Amino acid sequence: MDQRLLRHQFDNGLVLLGEHMPWLRSSAFSFLLPAGTCFEPMGLDGLSGMCSEMVQRGAGGLDSRQFLERLDELGVERSSSITTSHSSFSCAMPTEVLATVLGLYSDIVRRPHLPEDQLPDARQLCLQELRALDDEPSHRCFSELKKFRYPLPFGRISQGSKQGLEAIDMPSLNSFFEQNYKPAGCILAVAGNFNWEHLCEVVEQQLGDWRGPELLGMPVLHSNYGSMHVDHATNQTHLALAYDCASYESSEYYEARALVGVLSDGMSSRLFSEVREKRGLVYSVFATCFSMAGQGSVMCYAGTTTNRAEETLQVLLETIHSLDDGITEDELARLKNRIKSSLVFEQESSAARSGQIASDWFYLGRVPDRDEVCARVDGLTCESLLKHFRENLPKNFSLVTVGSQSLELPEGVA
Amino acid sequence: MELLTHKTDAGPEIVVLHDPAAFTASFGWFVRTGSRDEQLDVAGVSHFLEHMVFKGTQRRTAEEVNRELDHLGAQSNAYTSEDSTVFYASVLPECQDRAVDLLTDLMQPLLREEDFETERQVILEEIAMYDDQPPYGAFERATELFFGEHPLSTRVLGTTESVSDMFVAQMQEYHRARYTKENMFLVASGKIDFGKLVDDVSSATAHWPATPAARRPKVPNYGSGELSIERESTHQHYAVQLWPGVGCNALERYALRLLCSVLADEGGSRLFWELIDTGKAETATLWPQFFDECGCIVGYLCCAPEDAEENEASLRQVIDTALRDGITRKEIDLARNKIASSLILSDERPSNRLFALGQSWMNRRNYEPLDVVLGRFAAVTADDILQVAEHTLRRPSATVRVVGTEE
Repeated sequence: MDQRLLRHQFDNGLVLLGEHMPWLRSSAFSFLLPAGTCFEPMGLDGLSGMCSEMVQRGAGGLDSRQFLERLDELGVERSSSITTSHSSFSCAMPTEVLATVLGLYSDIVRRPHLPEDQLPDARQLCLQELRALDDEPSHRCFSELKKFRYPLPFGRISQGSKQGLEAIDMPSLNSFFEQNYKPAGCILAVAGNFNWEHLCEVVEQQLGDWRGPELLGMPVLHSNYGSMHVDHATNQTHLALAYDCASYESSEYYEARALVGVLSDGMSSRLFSEVREKRGLVYSVFATCFSMAGQGSVMCYAGTTTNRAEETLQVLLETIHSLDDGITEDELARLKNRIKSSLVFEQESSAARSGQIASDWFYLGRVPDRDEVCARVDGLTCESLLKHFRENLPKNFSLVTVGSQSLELPEGVA
Repeated sequence: MELLTHKTDAGPEIVVLHDPAAFTASFGWFVRTGSRDEQLDVAGVSHFLEHMVFKGTQRRTAEEVNRELDHLGAQSNAYTSEDSTVFYASVLPECQDRAVDLLTDLMQPLLREEDFETERQVILEEIAMYDDQPPYGAFERATELFFGEHPLSTRVLGTTESVSDMFVAQMQEYHRARYTKENMFLVASGKIDFGKLVDDVSSATAHWPATPAARRPKVPNYGSGELSIERESTHQHYAVQLWPGVGCNALERYALRLLCSVLADEGGSRLFWELIDTGKAETATLWPQFFDECGCIVGYLCCAPEDAEENEASLRQVIDTALRDGITRKEIDLARNKIASSLILSDERPSNRLFALGQSWMNRRNYEPLDVVLGRFAAVTADDILQVAEHTLRRPSATVRVVGTEE
């Protein structure tokens, strides 16, 4: 399959990326704006989410209701999300309406009405999402880990805080919009069955004369380590554990990611077999790689009834350290097969592919194609993985527990 | 795309949606058995068995099963519902033989005592996990209140008690009775070698029991009423409400889906504008559930406790207004567009087609291509929708609320 990254750099800073998938009926885009939580002013936690909510309440010539109805008429599946770095909008649609939908989203980012009379409703909606987190201990566990491990401004969560949401007014919202909804640092990634020349013309027309402030630099991240507990009346204790690893930008990211794969990818992975299959300690256990501001972390989760939490933590740590005993040829072969077939599955979804392109561009400033990823994966050996593990032994642990009993990291784990 | 089927007395029915241009191939065993087919003393056995299926066969240990699935690079999983248990794997087309051999072998698990005990702990953790999550068993309680003595009131996971008290012999007996050739379908979609599939499945299943596994349809006496679950320190108020619906083969099902979409879709529905856009509730939605001989509409409301009363009244009013004044042409067109587009986008992936095909085959031994389904939605009129609303939302409902006991 011919795979080529199409790219057009606009002089206002916006980058348009495309990948053609002519076998699909759909197209999808991921539109990343540099308006994530780390750009929120002090004391206004939740402003990026509230701004994202407000820009969708009417834009261009359409009010809030007309806007949603137009998207429904066109048959657009859409979502919006907030991360530390970005506010993003993702849409998948029948390919023939792509240009129209890009026009609508250009209105959202450039000409939102930001109706003052809807500020209280938007605030209520955001407060609802924050409250929901309190009732979801497994999600809350990761939010608390983020807040604990990453000091401000990195540790803010997308839902914000009650005080922050309550302090947001129209001037602060308008100011956040003007400072952060801008072409500099914007990534628009499109995948699917579209015509590239036409797409470039549409985006030029809609966003070519867009102007805004310069992209802000990110402060330096210094992570926080140790243990923290959040008291919560639940049957299970939820553990979230993090330690340092190579970040997505690192030349050794594949080694780090593969080690996490040995721990957590698939039903034959070590965590699944040791914690769940052999001991029946949990229903859910996993590890994943997470990168922020040039720093990587492995993040692990396990949920278990409280009286077995200590044993679960112990087995979790032992399993992580079992990587020091080496990785078997069979484990590595399974991992390679899983990664390679997942690349094929990605070809069936314009939405998945557009998201991956946008993410690669943000972290790497380029988009590796399937051949490059396969070659890098094929190059992994048991020796290279073990070497990487021993040179980068797990350290700088952070542990957060949510439940009715606290846990500490054992002696010697730091 | 081509629909291919195969059935002889010797083997289970094989149903394939072949797409020679696909990059992948998806396979699934669809077993027509679920919590509604259980005796009360083994509540949860279908779901527990779904877990035990991965614990080894005559030819493979549990470790080998897991390793082989990962070797295949498979995206695989299993699920259990009230009326079905499904095991599936999506792989590259060149892995067809190995994937089918593995999935088919799994359907005859060893069910050993030792594995049963370990897995029992996993299921109990799963029950504990869901018990910690909103809406804290409210769906289960509402289902019990609504379906009463009907088998559809049985909880898919069972209860801590029923799972703790179960014996492996009971599971073995359930497996013998329900996992039979007559009660299972091998469903596939994507790039499939059909001839090879028929040969492989036929020979691998030749020794399987062929006894029919009966399911007696029973018309439910829909229950109604209200009850509350008390929870310590719950922050949000949750309400689950069930109304009578229609069965999975009723023609009214298209009208019912449109009705629920107009009233309660995530974006752009009447409840959305009334309660979500205004920030009055976190969630306020309705969706239909279809079973063999009956169905229900499920309503779900989540909001701050102090707004609960007003929001429940608003929900009631949205329903009453629809029953009184009907639905506009424009609303129907929008809902139809939304449903059509989501079906078209979902249909792009062979793995999604597998579930549409498998479910349809289990329900009615028939599969309608996407264009026919879209035509069915197009044919629904405003009168059809009003009529189905009369038969469902006009009737008494069963409501369960979760109430916090702390400030």
